[in-house]
Amino acid sequence: MLIFEHSLEGRHTASQMPTAVDGQSAAAALEDIPAGQLRKSKPLLPEVSELQAVRHYTRLSQRNFSIDTEFYPLGSCTMKYNPRACNSLAMLPGFLGRHPYAPPRFSQGFMQILFELQEMLKAVTGMRGVSLTPMAGAQGEFAGVAMIRAYHEARGDNTRDEILVPDAAHGTNPATAIMCGYKVREIPTDAEGDVDLEALRNAVGPQTAGIMLTNPSTLGVFERRIREIASIVHQAGGLLYYDGANLNAILGKVRPGDMGFDVIHMNLHKTFSTPHGGGGPGSGAVGVSERLLPFLPVPIVGKVNKEDRVLTLKDPAIAGQAEAFRWLDEKDLPQSIGRLSGFMGNAGILLRAYIYMRMLGRQGMPRVADYATLNANYLMARLTRQGFDAAFPKRRATHEFILTLKRQAKTLGVNTMAFAKRLLDKGFHAPTTYFPLLVPECLLIEPTETESKQELDRFVDAMCEVLREAEASPELVTSAPHSLPVRRLDDVRAAKDLDLTWSAAG
Amino acid sequence: MPFIPHTENDVQAMLAAIGINSIDELFDEIPGELRIHDLPEIPAAINEMEITRLMYERAARDQSPLCFIGAGAYEHHIPAAVWQVATRGEFYSSYTPYQAEASQGTLQLIYEYQTMMTGLTGMDVSNASLYDGASALSEAVLMGIRANRKSRGKRILMPTSVNPVYRACTHGIVKNQGVELIEVPYSRDTGLTALEALERHDGEDIAALVVQQPNFFGSLEEVDALTDWAHANNALLIAVVNPMALAVLKPPGQWGGQGADIACGDGQPLGAPLSSGGPYYGFMCCKEAHVRQMPGRIVGRTVDADGRQGFVLTLQAREQHIRRSKATSNICTNQGLVVTASTIYMAIMGPEGLFRTAAASHANTRTLLQRLVSIAGVERVFAGPFFHEAVLRLNRPVQDVLAAMADEGVLGGYALGKDYPELGEALLVCATETKTEADLDRYAAALSRALSD
Amino acid sequence: MSTSIPEELRYNKSHEWVRDDGDGLFTVGITDHAQKALGDLVYVEAAEVGNVVSADDACCVVESVKAASDVYSPLDGEIVEANEALEDSPELVNNDPYGDGWLFRIKPTTPADFDALLDADAYAGLLSEEE
Repeated sequence: MLIFEHSLEGRHTASQMPTAVDGQSAAAALEDIPAGQLRKSKPLLPEVSELQAVRHYTRLSQRNFSIDTEFYPLGSCTMKYNPRACNSLAMLPGFLGRHPYAPPRFSQGFMQILFELQEMLKAVTGMRGVSLTPMAGAQGEFAGVAMIRAYHEARGDNTRDEILVPDAAHGTNPATAIMCGYKVREIPTDAEGDVDLEALRNAVGPQTAGIMLTNPSTLGVFERRIREIASIVHQAGGLLYYDGANLNAILGKVRPGDMGFDVIHMNLHKTFSTPHGGGGPGSGAVGVSERLLPFLPVPIVGKVNKEDRVLTLKDPAIAGQAEAFRWLDEKDLPQSIGRLSGFMGNAGILLRAYIYMRMLGRQGMPRVADYATLNANYLMARLTRQGFDAAFPKRRATHEFILTLKRQAKTLGVNTMAFAKRLLDKGFHAPTTYFPLLVPECLLIEPTETESKQELDRFVDAMCEVLREAEASPELVTSAPHSLPVRRLDDVRAAKDLDLTWSAAG
Repeated sequence: MPFIPHTENDVQAMLAAIGINSIDELFDEIPGELRIHDLPEIPAAINEMEITRLMYERAARDQSPLCFIGAGAYEHHIPAAVWQVATRGEFYSSYTPYQAEASQGTLQLIYEYQTMMTGLTGMDVSNASLYDGASALSEAVLMGIRANRKSRGKRILMPTSVNPVYRACTHGIVKNQGVELIEVPYSRDTGLTALEALERHDGEDIAALVVQQPNFFGSLEEVDALTDWAHANNALLIAVVNPMALAVLKPPGQWGGQGADIACGDGQPLGAPLSSGGPYYGFMCCKEAHVRQMPGRIVGRTVDADGRQGFVLTLQAREQHIRRSKATSNICTNQGLVVTASTIYMAIMGPEGLFRTAAASHANTRTLLQRLVSIAGVERVFAGPFFHEAVLRLNRPVQDVLAAMADEGVLGGYALGKDYPELGEALLVCATETKTEADLDRYAAALSRALSD
Repeated sequence: MSTSIPEELRYNKSHEWVRDDGDGLFTVGITDHAQKALGDLVYVEAAEVGNVVSADDACCVVESVKAASDVYSPLDGEIVEANEALEDSPELVNNDPYGDGWLFRIKPTTPADFDALLDADAYAGLLSEEE
C-alpha cells in the first residue's frame, strides 16, 4: 500500500502542529498576502496519524537490502560498515542547530573539525590543499576538471580542448569533461588491464588538457606504469586527474600525490564510510597539488593568527601559533572556480567522515587497504578454484576483482543479470553487473575490509549453489528472484508507460 | 583493530588459500618507490568513548544562539519520528536502488516523494532529488536550454532578486558550457523583478527566465505576469521556490496562463535540520513534456512477473552510466537519506501541518517586524507583500549591530551589504514557527540596546 | 541469432539502413541487428524535420531500457519527414525495422553518395567481423 492509501481527509497529527495558530487563525495570519498569491486548494499530501506514518515507513525499510542486514559486495561502491557512532555524534544538537551563516564565534568547534579533516585528507592523499565543499563524487570530478580548465586559462593556454579518458572509466568521467566544455578522447586498455601506453603517446599533444584516471582502475588492478603515464601527460602540458573511487584499496599504501596526480576527488561515502543512504548524500572532497591551490572551490576552512594572516594552504608549519578558524572565500582565493553549493557542501556528512577517520587513526588507515585487499584476493582465489573465470587471472586483485560469466552465458543460457537476481534469493546483495563495459557478462566484486572470513565463505557457497542451479535447472535462475517482496520487474513497461506519481483516480 | 573482524587464524587460512605468506605480498604490483609506510600527520586512533567526548566538547563550544537568520536555510520543528525512522539501518546503509527487487522500500518511498513534490509544486513530474537548491538551479538552467526547442541560444535571464549564492553557484557550474546569465535588476521600491526591466528583452532569443518566489528579500514576485512574459517571448519559466511556502502560496504549476515549466529549490525546510548547511536536498519538478530532459534519478511504478505492483528506476538512458558523454548531467546520486527524512516529514505533517507551520512562521515574522519598526532607526526597506522573511534598514552599521546582538546570544539576521551594497545598512530577518513571544521580545530588546549604545 | 539484411538496401557501419525511394528521397532506419542489440525500444526521439545534416551527424536517438543510441545520418542532406507513429509505438522498430519502424526520410545533397554505402554483402561481412 502507498502512504496515500492510508490517508483520510481531516486527520491531523495534533502534537506536531504549532501552538501559535489553530486552523482558523492560520488563515487569518495570511491576511496581508494578496488573494492572487495564495494557494486555492490543499496540496496532495497524505493525512495520516504519526503511528501510521511510522509503521508505513518502517515496513518499507524492511523491503530493502542494506549493509546492516546483508553482505553487499557491490564493486566500485565500497559498501563497508557505517559505524553507528558516526551518525549519533554527527547528530548532536550543537551541530544540527547551527545555521550555515552563524558567525565564526559560534562556529569554532565545527570549523576546527573541518580544518582537521582537510589536514587528514591532505596527509592520506599526498596533496597540498583540500576543499570539502563538493557534495558528491560527480561534483568533485566537476570541480577537479574545472580547476584544470581554470589553470590552463590562467596561463593563457587556451588551445587545450580535450580530456583523455580510458575506455574502462566510470561513466561520470566523460560526462564531467563535457560539462566542463571539453571534448573526450578514449584511450584503450591492453589485455592485462593497463592503459595502452602506445595509444596514450599517440593521443597526447597541445590539445590535451588532462587525463582522468582511476588507480586501481575500474578493472580491479593497479596501474603499474602510472609514473610513466604521468610523465607522458605532463610533458605534453596536460594535468592528471585522479578519480578516488578506489582509494580504499591503497589507503596508507601509496598516495595519488606521489603517483604524480595534480588533482583528485575522494568519495567520503566510500573510503571514509559515510552512509550511502539509498543513493546519497555523498561527499566528494577534492585535493590538489601546489599549482592548483589558487583554484580550489570555496569555502575552505583556514586557520588564522592574531593578525588574521591565513596559516594554511601554503604554510604547513602552523602548529601552536594559531588563533582561530575562519572561512576562506573568493576574497582569499580570487582565482577560485567558485562555489558548488549553497553553503558548505554536505556538512553533516563531513562530520561523519571525521569521526570515522579519528577512530581509524594513523594505524588504522593502512589496515583498511590490507584487509580490503586480503578479502578480495581470498574471494577471487576461492571462486576461481570453484570454476568461476576471473577476467584478469594473472593479476593481483586490488580491493575488488572481476569475474566473467561469458562461458556460462553461452553454455547454460544464464546471463549475469539472472545470476545476480538469484543471489538476492540467497540473501546476498548482487555484485556490480555489466560494469566495466569492457568485460562481457561481468561481475565486479568488492567485499570491503569489514566482512569476516565466515561471511565470505557463505558468499562463496551461495555463488556455487547458483552455479549448480544454473547447470541443473537454468529456468530457476533465469526467473529469479523468487523470495523477495516482488519478482522480476517489467522495466520496459516502466519506461514506456510512464507512471511517476500516484493519483487518487489510479 | 577498529571495524576489522579477522582473527589471526582467519588471516593465516586466507593467506594459505591465496598461496602467499603475508598481506604485504598483495601489494607487490605497486612500484616499490611509490610505497609509503607511515602517515605521521594522522593522529593516533581513539576509541568510541574518546571520540564521543571530543564531539560533545566541540558541539558545545558552538553554543546555541537564538537564530533569526534565514537566507535560504530555515529552522523548523522536526518530529522526532522523522530521523529515527530515516536512520534505520535499512535506509541508512543501503545503496542506490539499482537492484530493484532488493530495494522496494527506497523505491516506493521515492515514488511517494515524487507524488508529494508534484502535489506541492503543482507540476506534472518530479525527480528523486539533486544535491541542494543552488546546484538544482544550475541543473535547471542547463535543462531549460536543452528543453526549449524554440530557442537556439543559451541565454538565461537571471533576476538579481534570486539568492546571490544560487546565482554564483549556477555561474560556476554552467560557465564552461557557453551559457550566458543576463542579470535583470529589481525595483528599489518593491524589491521585485520589474516587468519594465524584462521588457528591454522583448523579442530576444531567451532560453529561460528564472523567478524566485518568495525572492531572496522575502518579497512576493508578480509571478503570473513574469510567467506570461516568458511564454510570450518563447522562453521557459524556471521557478525557484521554498517548498514550505508552497503550503500557502500559489504553486508554480499554476503561475500565469500556462504555469512554470521547471520548478526547483531546496528541500531543507521540509524536515532537514540546519546542520551547518547540509546535507539538504535539491528538488526538481517539470512539465511532463520535458521529463526526458530532466537530470537525476526518476522512479516509476510498474508490475512484476506475477502482475504485482513494484517500483524501478526508470528513464535511465538519460543518465551518465549509460549515455556517458551525452548524459543530461554527470550526476549519479540523489540525496537519498535526506529525501527519506523529508518524505516522512511530509507524511507526518500532512497538508494541515504544513499549512499551519507556514502560516505561523509568517505570523511570527510579521509580528517581529511590527515590533522592530517601532524602534527608532529601524525601517522596512520594501513595501508590499512578503512571506516569512523581510529586509530592514538600520541607522547604524549592520555588522556592529549584529556583533552587539551576538553578545547577547541573538543572531539578528543576514547582512545584505556584501551582495547588495546599494541597499545601505540592510538586514534580512526571518522568524519561523519555532520562535515564541518571549523570543521575539528578546530580539527587539537586543536590537534596541544595540542601536542605542 | 539470425539477422535479416535485405538485398535491396544500403548500409552504414553504424548500423543504419537506407532505401532509395525513387522520388529523390531516401528512407533511413536501424538494422535488424541494431534493434536486437538494443532490445525493446521504449522511446524514439524523432529527427527534426527541416534540419540540414552532414553524413555521420547524429540526428535522432533510439532508447531502450539499458541503452540510448544516436542514429547517424548516412548521407548529407535535409530531413524532410520523421516517422510520427514511433512517438506512441517505439516497438515498431523492434517488430518491423525495415518497414513500419523506419525513422526518417532525407533529401540528399548528392544522391550518388548512396552508391558508396555498404551493400548487403559488405554489411553482412561487417557483422561477422564484429562477432
